[in-house]
Order: sequence, then C-alpha cells, then structure tokens
Amino acid sequence: MHRDLQLRFLRTMLRIRRVEERCIAFAETGEIRAHYHLYIGQEAAGTGASAALAPDDYVFTTHRNHGHVIAKGGDPGKVLAEIIGRSGGYLGGRGGTFHVAAPELGIPHTSAIVGGSLPIAAGVAFAVRRRKGQRATLAFFGDGTMEEGVFYETLNLAQLWRLPLVFFMENNSVSAAERAGRGSPTSEHAAKALSDVPRAFGVETATVDGTDVEAVFALVRRLLERVRSGEGPFFVESRTTRWPGNYGAFPKLVGGTTDIAWALDAASAPDGVRAWTMESDPVIAYAAKLLWHGAIDAAALRAIDAEVRGEVDRAARFALESPLPQAEALAGVG
Amino acid sequence: MSVEVRAPAATRTLKFAEALAEAVDEICAEDPRVVLIGARFTGHTPSAHVMEPVTRKHASRIVWPPISELAYCGVAVGAALAGLRPIVEMSTATFSYEAVPQIVNEAAVIAAMSGGRVRAPVVFHMLYGIRGGGGPQHSGSPQAWWWNSPGLQVAMPSSPADVKGLLRWAALRSEGPTVFMDHQRLMELEGPVPTGRHEIPFGQADVKRSGGDVTIVATSIQVSRALEAANRLAREDGIEVEVVDPRTLEPLDRATIFASVRKTGRVVVTDESHENAGVASGLAAIIAEECFDALRAPIRRVAIPPTPVPYAESLERALIPDTERLVAAVRALR
Repeated sequence: MHRDLQLRFLRTMLRIRRVEERCIAFAETGEIRAHYHLYIGQEAAGTGASAALAPDDYVFTTHRNHGHVIAKGGDPGKVLAEIIGRSGGYLGGRGGTFHVAAPELGIPHTSAIVGGSLPIAAGVAFAVRRRKGQRATLAFFGDGTMEEGVFYETLNLAQLWRLPLVFFMENNSVSAAERAGRGSPTSEHAAKALSDVPRAFGVETATVDGTDVEAVFALVRRLLERVRSGEGPFFVESRTTRWPGNYGAFPKLVGGTTDIAWALDAASAPDGVRAWTMESDPVIAYAAKLLWHGAIDAAALRAIDAEVRGEVDRAARFALESPLPQAEALAGVG
Repeated sequence: MSVEVRAPAATRTLKFAEALAEAVDEICAEDPRVVLIGARFTGHTPSAHVMEPVTRKHASRIVWPPISELAYCGVAVGAALAGLRPIVEMSTATFSYEAVPQIVNEAAVIAAMSGGRVRAPVVFHMLYGIRGGGGPQHSGSPQAWWWNSPGLQVAMPSSPADVKGLLRWAALRSEGPTVFMDHQRLMELEGPVPTGRHEIPFGQADVKRSGGDVTIVATSIQVSRALEAANRLAREDGIEVEVVDPRTLEPLDRATIFASVRKTGRVVVTDESHENAGVASGLAAIIAEECFDALRAPIRRVAIPPTPVPYAESLERALIPDTERLVAAVRALR
C-alpha cells in the first residue's frame, strides 16, 4: 500500500481519536449537555471505508457519527461546534452530537434513532439508480440495528430492487479473540452469526476485522466497484472490540488520553486500558505497524501526533468561540 | 409562482376520484422527478378503476413496494433528499401507523435540523376515515397526529377541485413533506373542476358557503355534511350558516377562520377524527384563544366519540359525525 495513503489513514484515525477525547473533556465541563456516543476503537472502520468512497458518494450514519463525518472529510472545528450546539457547527447547532451531518460532504441527514437512517439510505440509492447515476451509498450502523424491524424491511427492499448500497454493520461488541473467527456474539440477538441473516435474503456478505484499516479499505473499494456496476446491495460486518471507556451512555476516559508512545510499547498503557490497547486499539496497532514496516520512525510518529493535536486544539477553540445560535435560527424551516 | 387560485371561467363536472386521477396523471407528465411508491390512490372505492389508465400510462414511474410501510416511507424520504419528488400512496391511513418513525421522526425534522438547507419534498397520500365496514383497524383518522408533528404539512381536501389543486401543489411546488388525507367516502362526490393546471397553494382556506349566523369550520368530508346541515337549518330554522374549509391544517389560514368567527360569534368545529385532542379540539382552542371576545356561545365540537370504530353498521353509524349531529350542534348554540 502506498505510503501517502498509509499516512493519510493514520492522520484520519488520530484526528478522530483526538476529537473524541475532546468530547469527553467537553462533557466534563458541561459543554456537551446530555448523553453522547464516541467512536473510539472503531476509527479504522470509518477511515478505511470512507477512504474507498468517492467525494460525492453518500454516507449515512447514526448516533455514533462523529468519526464517520470526520472520515468523510469533515472539518473537526465544525464537527466539534455541532457537538456542543454552536452556530458554527455543520447544522448551526440544531442537530448536536446525535445528528452531525454535512450535506456538502454527501451526508445529508443523520438519524439518531437506531435503524432510522437505513431506509433513507436505501431511498438515496434508489434515486441514484433511477437516474442511472454512479454515486454509491454506504450506510454505517451498529449491531443493535439488527434488533430493529426496519433493518429487515430495508434489507429485503434493497435486495428486491438491487440498490447500489453497502450495508456497513459495525459490530463493536466482539472479543479480541473472536474478531477473526466466525462467531459474532452480541448479547441481544438470537442469530449466532449476524452475517448469516442477510445471506438468507440473498445478499452477499463479507466479514472484516474492523481494527485493520487497510483490510477495510481494500474490502470496501472492491465492493464499491461492484455496486457501481449494478451488483449491489452488499452487507459488511466490521468487527471491533469495545473500548473500556465506552460502556453506558456517558463515556469515561479510562486510562487517560491515548499516548502515541504506546505504539512503541503497548504494554506501557495504564491498567484500565492496557489489554485493550495491546489487542484491540486500531490507532495504536496501525501506528505500530507503520513503525514495524519502517514507513515512519518514532520521531515522525510523534510529529504527526503533535500536528493532529494542534489541529484539534484549534478546532476545539473554534467550537468554543463560536456563538450559541439565536432564536431567529428557528424561523422559516417548517 | 403563477397559480390559478379561483376557478377560471371553464370548469367541468368530475368525481373526486376522477379529479384525483387527473392530478396524478398531470403530475407525472409534468415533472420527471416525480416517482410513485404505490399508486392505489382510489383504494377499494367504487371509483377505484379511474386510476387504471393513469397507472398504465405512467407504469415506468411507479414502483410497487413490499408490505414494508416503514421502509418504503423512509425510501421516499431518502429519494426526496437525493432530488426526486416521491409520492407514497399508502392506501388505508392506518397502515401509516407502521411508518410513524419515518414520517414523524425523520421526514418532519429534516428541514428544521439543517436550518432549511436539506429538504424532503415527499407526499404521503392516505385514505382515512369511516369507510363502511372497516372496523377498528381500517377506519382510522390520524390527521391530528400529523398536525401535532411540527415539520409536516397536512392537506384535507373536501371537493374534486380542491383535491386536484392541492395535490398538484404538494407534488410539484412544495419544498416540505406533506401528509395528504383523502376521505374514503369522498371518491364519488361530484363537483366543478377548473380546466387547465389548477393549483391551490397550501394555507388558503375557502368559504364554501356564506352566512351570517353561525360558522361551521369543517374539514374534508365534514364540509359536505356541513353544507347539508346548512341547507336544512336555512330551510327549517332560518339560520344562515357559513361553512369555512381550512383545506390545509398546516399551514393553517387563521385569518379566514377568524374573520368568519368575528362575523357570526357562534362556532361549530367538525372533523372526522376522535374528540380527544383531535383536529376539532385543536381548531376550537385556536379560535377560543384568538376570538374569545367575539364569541356569543361556547364553541361546539362535532367529532367521533372516543371509541374505536366498530364493524356493525348500526354501531358505526352511531359514531359518525353526520349532518344530524351538526344540525343539533348548531341548534344548541341558540
């Protein structure tokens, strides 16, 4: 894989990690007003999938959207401003953390209802197909969506109408040992392997280690070529392992912010996060891989991290300095 | 925008169903962005067949979805986001209950969440009301639900001219989502329909009969019943009733309603939904708030008592807010 692309992957994943860490700080200071959801631990999936998309392809996401918007090219300042409900956010603060969308990036609307975006994504794909367009649609959603009826309705309809759509299911509840195996355990689903379900509808499925950015990129790029030639829809199960801070609706920064030096020695990560860092952290794993293959050295890695931190510091400042929206922003949108 | 609001010189007499079918035909012919998801606009009514030539002529513009109201309403929303102008024909209005998440929690909020940058011009057409033998699950009148959901427009035509004019406007001009509710028993109603591209912008009430003694604010099929009641009251009691038809609940033409109420000082509001927090209740509250000083008697509601609609004709008849009940309500005001 080309080194420029590898460095792009690393920067994007780090950018997501640093933005998400900033969200926890914003929650502690009360800038985030209610519960919220983070993408820590899934950075490789969003980054790899989005890198395979064309700039004008459509993306749909969920309540766990921050990373997807950044991966599609979202400005961290506008993302953070939206997350804390400021006028400089992508939606002027009307959507907030649950609904970050960026119409100009092909993310027209983000539903925070589990499964809410799925039929809308199918509708966009339907419109593209009717107009014989080439734009693909990729819908990110979590394994919990497969507990909703709308998933089955949408899957059936998408397959009946052969829509140019990738169902990108992020199963973030898989143990490190199970990521490469056949099982995809989730405590609330009767199906033993979630990707068996779409196959019953005749939908081709693929399973990928969602902590491996290059594997996700290669898979999605291949599927998008087939989608554009009319072979869709497809279903991907991306398997990741839950970050220890990510239980419940109020994430905790277990082990503190990620120290890029853990890429040199993952065992140096603090107690609460050590095992996860060693086995399941996509950012640290990728940095370590690039070090191992000599794509970068430790100094270059520190420089990239410092650069991204600076960028996210500026983004956070932009968000905090952005004014609260005024009541006039409510007018004229009925 | 150039629209013919008042009937021009030339009209023909059409049935409601014929005017509806003519509107669908013209809409498909005039705007290639229009796509029909389902097309049984005339349901199982005696006039169902009038749609047949239209669906034959525009077969390429129609998709017949699986029995998946939630998914296909979401598909319509997505298709609208991607630049099509979908009309969803849901048939019996109670089927829309399966799709409430997409209609109320997605379509309705998109424009508000994006500050009007993203819009979903989709029409959800449904046949509501006590059709005769529908029983508790096929006689529903959910108009108050939609009216209670900010971000949705609600159209309730009462005449052949209005169904054509309002549907053309919703499908071809509106930038927001519309719930378009036709009463199942209106399909046979005959009336004059202007020739040409007759359109009625939303938010324009129509005084269907002038009178100085009592105002009946009536929606949809209740307009026919109110006109019958008015004729009887004029003949038997010498009471001159003014019948005001809002035509759309959202946007609501308050000025026309208030002007009539201020003239007569006596008001009956009637709609074929349930009394509890129904459309009649909502209209009564608005009138009471704004015109209390002009009222010379309490506002009366004529709606369906809070009982699920039964199957047996004798029981069903007891619930219908018919001419008899309107006459009694007006007499009770004196």
